[in-house]
Amino acid sequence: MAGAAATVLAALLLTRMVENEYVFFAGYVVLQFVVLATAWNILGGYAGYVNFGSGAFFAVGAYTSVALIQAFQAPLLVQVVAAATVTGAMGFLVGALTLRLRGIFFSIATVAIAVICETVVINWSFVGGARGIAILQPDTPVGFASYNRMLFVAMTGFAVLAVGLARFVEISWIGRGLRAIRDSEEAAESVGVPTLRLKLAAATLSGALMGVAGAPFPLYMSFIEPVSAFSLNYAVSALAMPLIGGTASWLGPVIGAVLLGTVQQVVTVTISSELNVLVVGLVLVVYVVAAPQGILGLARRLSRREGAGR
Amino acid sequence: MSAPLLEVRGLGKRFGGFSALSDVSLRAGRGERLGIIGPNGSGKTTLINCISGSLRNDTGSIAFDGREVTRLPAHRRTRLGIARSFQIPRPFASMSLAENVAVPLEYVTHRGSLHLADVRGEALGILGEMGLAAKADALAGTLSQVELRKLELARALASRPSLLILDEVMAGLSALEVDEMLAIVLRVNERGVTVIMIEHIMRAIMRFSERVVCLDAGQILAEGSPAEVAADASVRRVYLGA
Repeated sequence: MAGAAATVLAALLLTRMVENEYVFFAGYVVLQFVVLATAWNILGGYAGYVNFGSGAFFAVGAYTSVALIQAFQAPLLVQVVAAATVTGAMGFLVGALTLRLRGIFFSIATVAIAVICETVVINWSFVGGARGIAILQPDTPVGFASYNRMLFVAMTGFAVLAVGLARFVEISWIGRGLRAIRDSEEAAESVGVPTLRLKLAAATLSGALMGVAGAPFPLYMSFIEPVSAFSLNYAVSALAMPLIGGTASWLGPVIGAVLLGTVQQVVTVTISSELNVLVVGLVLVVYVVAAPQGILGLARRLSRREGAGR
Repeated sequence: MSAPLLEVRGLGKRFGGFSALSDVSLRAGRGERLGIIGPNGSGKTTLINCISGSLRNDTGSIAFDGREVTRLPAHRRTRLGIARSFQIPRPFASMSLAENVAVPLEYVTHRGSLHLADVRGEALGILGEMGLAAKADALAGTLSQVELRKLELARALASRPSLLILDEVMAGLSALEVDEMLAIVLRVNERGVTVIMIEHIMRAIMRFSERVVCLDAGQILAEGSPAEVAADASVRRVYLGA
């Protein structure tokens, strides 16, 4: 709790002390990936059900905001709550259709849902269709030097919320149930774990948090179009970041997102924005080969070896 | 005679064109020790998969403690008091032994407890009964065969069942380990837990069971006291081919 408050306070202080606007522009993206990666890990890391369609959940969150702005200039908080509701329902629905079956069916469905959602958005002119749509940022709130600085602080808050929820899930009986499902679903069911209900709950929470990650995106960019909103980069990053950081703990996605998100920002500025996905792919390959348990697993292994050496 | 704890009536299960079980009826009384034997592929594991809810039977019905459970999912049956072990141990390999045992404690015995600390003491107690207390914080993936079998048993017992179904819990163990395991299961039975044991080790099943059922090709071939079943001509034929 104290850590959460301190993090948001630190973000707030940062907006007072740092001049360079780019810090907040880039920082927002990294934080957005913390939310996305943490959300993915709740289902993909703890329960072992891989979502390939995180990009769709992210984009549906963003386009929920667009629709609400277009309809009645909804304020940010309303956008976020609505986006979480819509993408949470989406997670529940995809789960209800596929999570009765074990294994890969959920993953396949998440690929399909991405295609469906993008097609819908492309053909829906109210939210800009294929051309995209410009979104005007409202007046800068009192106490902030720019609107994006406010969004930076807001995203810090969402990241803290997401990590806090993930941590609660992880250390509680819910997390042990999800891990039991990943280790052996039949055994989990046999010791009283309501596997279907637990998977659905995780899919709903995971989906809702992905929507939260995407909801402020239209305001942040001031422009949104389907190709970049549904970019493969989100889907790949959402799964690469937890894998790189380590899926066993809430800290893994945070480490992965900060590390990979920062590298992506640096690459975008210094080399090219097209290179992003390539970088993510390469880093992922290296980690899968060299540290299959992620950075956390590697650290644990090293510390154990050191302990054994003494 | 009071109503049996478990009553299986006319159970049938098909996998495609293969009939794994047909018209199997079975009862187990409160506190009884029932042995199930039969050659490989005779339907023993399918039978307990149907009783525990891992598989849904096609025909017939299952009543437990006077309640129809045929349509209930496995986790609901566990909450009612049916626990099982798996023929091939299925530990939660990424968790410690204490956490393995904590799962049924949190999901069945003490639903609503929020912290691992609340159930850890009880988990350690159950592990202690199996002689696994020293390994409580080791990962389940690192255990030896006999330890895995004991963990299966510990996890099943943690849901405080009134019916315990053991699927070849002694397979692959040495003679000494079989005796040790048998002693543990007998202790559990003394507390009033009904035990159904599937086993290939005849010495163990004959010593353990009050009543033995022999399955062959998905049907009950013989039923009776261990001595009766062992002497049965048809049982001798399927086992020895003579």
